[in-house]
Amino acid sequence: MPDFDLVIVGAGIVGCACALEAARAGLRVVIVERGVVGGGTTAAGMGHVVVMDDSPAQLALTAYSRSLWRTMAPELPGGVEYESRGTLWIAADDEEMAEVFSKQTTYAQAGIASQVLDPRELAEAEPYLRSGLAGALLVPDDGVLYPPVAAEYFLCEARRLGVVFLSDHEVVRCGKGRIQFANGTSIESERILLASGASIDLLPSLPIQKRKGHLLITDRYPGVVSHQLVELGYLKSAHKLTADSVAFNIQPRLTGQLLIGSSRQYGDESREINHAILRSMLERAIEYMPCLKGLSGIRVWTGHRAATADKLPLIGPTADPTLFLAMGFEGLGITNAPGAAVLAIDALLGRASIIDAAPYLPSRIQQEAVHA
Amino acid sequence: MPDQQIVIHVNGSPISVPAGSMLSAALLMASAPCRISTTGEPRTALCGMGICLECRAIVNGVPHTRTCQTVCQEGMRVETQS
Amino acid sequence: MKPADVLVIGAGPAGLAAATAASRNGCRVAMLDDNPAAGGQIWRADITRPHDEDPARAAAIADFHTSGAALLPGRRIVDVPSPSTLLAEAGGHFETYRWDRLILATGARERFLPFPGWTLPGVFGAGGLQALVKGGYPVAGKRIVVAGTGPLLLAVAAHLREYGASIVTVVEQASTLQMLPFAASLLRSPGKLLQGAGYRRTLGATPYQTGCWPISGQGDETLRSVTLTNGRRTWTVECDLLACGFHLVPNTELAQLLGCTLQGSFVQVDSQQQTSVAGIYCAGEPTGIAGVDAAQVQGEIAGLAAADCSPPPTRLLARRAKEAAFGRRLTHAFRLRPEVLKLASQETIVCRCEDVTFSQLQTRSNWTDAKLHTRCGMGPCQGRICGSATEALFGWQLTSVRAPLFPIPVSAFCDESSSLNAPSAR
Ligand SMILES: Cc1cc2nc3c(=O)[nH]c(=O)nc-3n(C[C@H](O)[C@H](O)[C@H](O)COP(=O)(O)OP(=O)(O)OC[C@H]3O[C@@H](n4cnc5c(N)ncnc54)[C@H](O)[C@@H]3O)c2cc1C
Ligand SMILES: Cc1cc2nc3c(=O)[nH]c(=O)nc-3n(C[C@H](O)[C@H](O)[C@H](O)COP(=O)(O)OP(=O)(O)OC[C@H]3O[C@@H](n4cnc5c(N)ncnc54)[C@H](O)[C@@H]3O)c2cc1C
Ligand code: FES
Repeated sequence: MPDFDLVIVGAGIVGCACALEAARAGLRVVIVERGVVGGGTTAAGMGHVVVMDDSPAQLALTAYSRSLWRTMAPELPGGVEYESRGTLWIAADDEEMAEVFSKQTTYAQAGIASQVLDPRELAEAEPYLRSGLAGALLVPDDGVLYPPVAAEYFLCEARRLGVVFLSDHEVVRCGKGRIQFANGTSIESERILLASGASIDLLPSLPIQKRKGHLLITDRYPGVVSHQLVELGYLKSAHKLTADSVAFNIQPRLTGQLLIGSSRQYGDESREINHAILRSMLERAIEYMPCLKGLSGIRVWTGHRAATADKLPLIGPTADPTLFLAMGFEGLGITNAPGAAVLAIDALLGRASIIDAAPYLPSRIQQEAVHA
Repeated sequence: MPDQQIVIHVNGSPISVPAGSMLSAALLMASAPCRISTTGEPRTALCGMGICLECRAIVNGVPHTRTCQTVCQEGMRVETQS
Repeated sequence: MKPADVLVIGAGPAGLAAATAASRNGCRVAMLDDNPAAGGQIWRADITRPHDEDPARAAAIADFHTSGAALLPGRRIVDVPSPSTLLAEAGGHFETYRWDRLILATGARERFLPFPGWTLPGVFGAGGLQALVKGGYPVAGKRIVVAGTGPLLLAVAAHLREYGASIVTVVEQASTLQMLPFAASLLRSPGKLLQGAGYRRTLGATPYQTGCWPISGQGDETLRSVTLTNGRRTWTVECDLLACGFHLVPNTELAQLLGCTLQGSFVQVDSQQQTSVAGIYCAGEPTGIAGVDAAQVQGEIAGLAAADCSPPPTRLLARRAKEAAFGRRLTHAFRLRPEVLKLASQETIVCRCEDVTFSQLQTRSNWTDAKLHTRCGMGPCQGRICGSATEALFGWQLTSVRAPLFPIPVSAFCDESSSLNAPSAR
């Protein structure tokens, strides 16, 4: 093995984005993956590139990352299926409509374009939604993409810059400047970046919990849905940290297929489909869009998000000076991969970041624990 | 039963088929593809037993209907799906 | 004690035998099949000849009916919503089934191997064309090439000829030498030989060329000719249709969704046909491709076991062993030659649902990799066609079976009456 400045563990979209960023910074990088590129949660998620405003830090990272996606968009290969579809945050009632206006204010302050739609404009934008909805907030610059190919694109670009990729290499131990593979071999490096998604086997003390989600994909129905549609009730349900929840969330794919979500569940690490959750998720979707009933569903699957208590990722150094993290992206890892990669490599090289990196530092969690 | 003929419409044109015929067979009789593939190729039934999904067509307005599993009914409208 | 409820999935020879045996031994039996009538693939009902019954089919169906078992046709199992329920689609609505004992007799499908031109209209599976003809597609006067491998080719050619087709040739990729042990085994089992001899008679002077295979199909909008080879020489024959299949692959998806262990490509069963899941039995092609007689005897054993009549009578065990040996010879005789795995050119489509070409797949390392990065197997057939092709071509194993087993309307997942109109969870 040649010498490497950096070993990245995990070739999900985050690890791959980090590999590219590190290569651009001139580092000699090896990225190791137990399966195939983009085969973890990256293969299970929706690929909605979205600005979210749960907290100022979440807004900052998603807005920054979305701007990076938009800059990249013209160069992305066709297989990434990047489309600037825009998000419609749908308000079912007046209470949610109030949310639409406050969201618009928040976005405006952050320089994010958005537009309030009244019920008639909403019906024009998405004729298959049920009638009687209160309105929506259109965020036109949000996008949609196909995550596994996006991850592979980052990896290919990184490899063109000399990054080495090892697939089918499971890491069983990492830290103190060394990673060890299941086959007994190891690599030494002064810097290790852990980007293993929702798997925390390598560092079981990490404050990350698996949050399971279900998705259903339909056959091709071009033109039925034009924007990524998300109910605002989502804010009430999806961000509760304890209970299981479902929300109407539907994504039009470039193929004409519809991806229907979404559910959130703690404490279920299995890959099996939970039919009760699936049922309430689809009932919710049908409630918003009755025509979904008759569409042909071809596959249902599940995936695990990596959730932290404050819903922000863990990016940066750890107590082990050789070990850095880029994990804990919950439902936003596709969106945040490019921004997180910049922050992670900045932290690694001691560079200043374009946005404040403090809210994402892993040390914040320990500090809270200490001060609690 | 097989002697009785019924009329269905394939891409707008009426054709007469024996009652009980499978829709996939009727499409073949009309020389109409079931669907146009994602890269634009015309396709017809392959497996005849509901497995390959090549025989999907629009039946009475419903897309993705497996014509090899659908029996022709008088007046049915079938269209090649693209 | 209440009689055990036995549910049989698949109404082919294996399912019919299983249902009959279980019902005769005191169980309440229901048999589901996705076709409108019982018979499975080999005994598929023919709409153009409703009275023209195969005597073996007639006997099996008569036995089934006198046993008191119930047939529920037109029902396709699409999901396993809980370990003890099955969801079936029946003409657009959905039903759930429970059981005490479950017998899977889901049969097999054809294996397709990609070659240039195999996606042209006019190219069908061999069993596929047979099924379409039984469904009313007239082939009288059509010039048809039958190609691929397996005993099915002759059966299909004979059948097509009865319907007035002109069989240009039947080409079998296996060499005569490779098939010799199989011919010998036909001599040992006169029943099977009769069937084969019958085919030969019907076929008359139709050329049956062994050691030959198709290398491409030509035509613009539809097939016009097929190019064949014997490895030394290639030649082109004009034709209207090509019926081409490369033997059979088992339908194991339902068993997999139920958590049954596979052994290689087949469902693992014990001496009583019980799978790794207690109370779930499997019979016929999902446990090994061995033909109609094996399917029937395995079905009977499974039916008896489900009715707690163990151990199975030695005469059945002996027949099963004999048929298993026949199956092994069959597999050996019709094993694929390496050349037929190399027919695809760079541009040949391998995944027909998503139009993924051979060149796109060549650089991928396994099924998951191919699927995620090329969309191979992501279409509505869920890898049933391209998965068995890539298994043969590249040695890839399909990774997971997921609900639904076949595309179904989104509402099917909600249709359980208890929850259909319930307010949705927030
Ligand atoms: C249902 C669902 C919907 C979602 N929708 C969206 C959305 O619309 N927008 C959005 O932005 N995000 C969404 N997400 C979240 C997003 O998918 C994830 O945040 C993102 O994929 C995380 O990427 P990652 O690279 O961190 O993790 P992963 O993709 O899981 O990558 C980690 C990699 O590390 C490898 N690995 C782990 N352990 C080891 C080891 N010991 N040795 C070697 N390799 C190892 C794994 O094999 C894996 O490939 C969704 C998630 C789910 C589940
Ligand atoms: C297309 C085809 C044509 C054939 N033609 C011949 C021939 O002409 N001569 C010959 O000797 N052999 C033929 N065979 C081989 C023959 O089928 C087997 O040797 C024998 O019939 C095995 O019986 P079985 O009961 O295991 O399977 P099958 O006869 O295949 O019966 C299985 C039944 O289960 C049904 N089924 C499967 N999955 C589900 C589900 N999820 N829900 C509900 N129902 C389901 C199927 O539709 C089918 O009716 C053919 C096989 C195929 C695949
Ligand atoms: S022809 Fe294969 S599914 Fe209809």
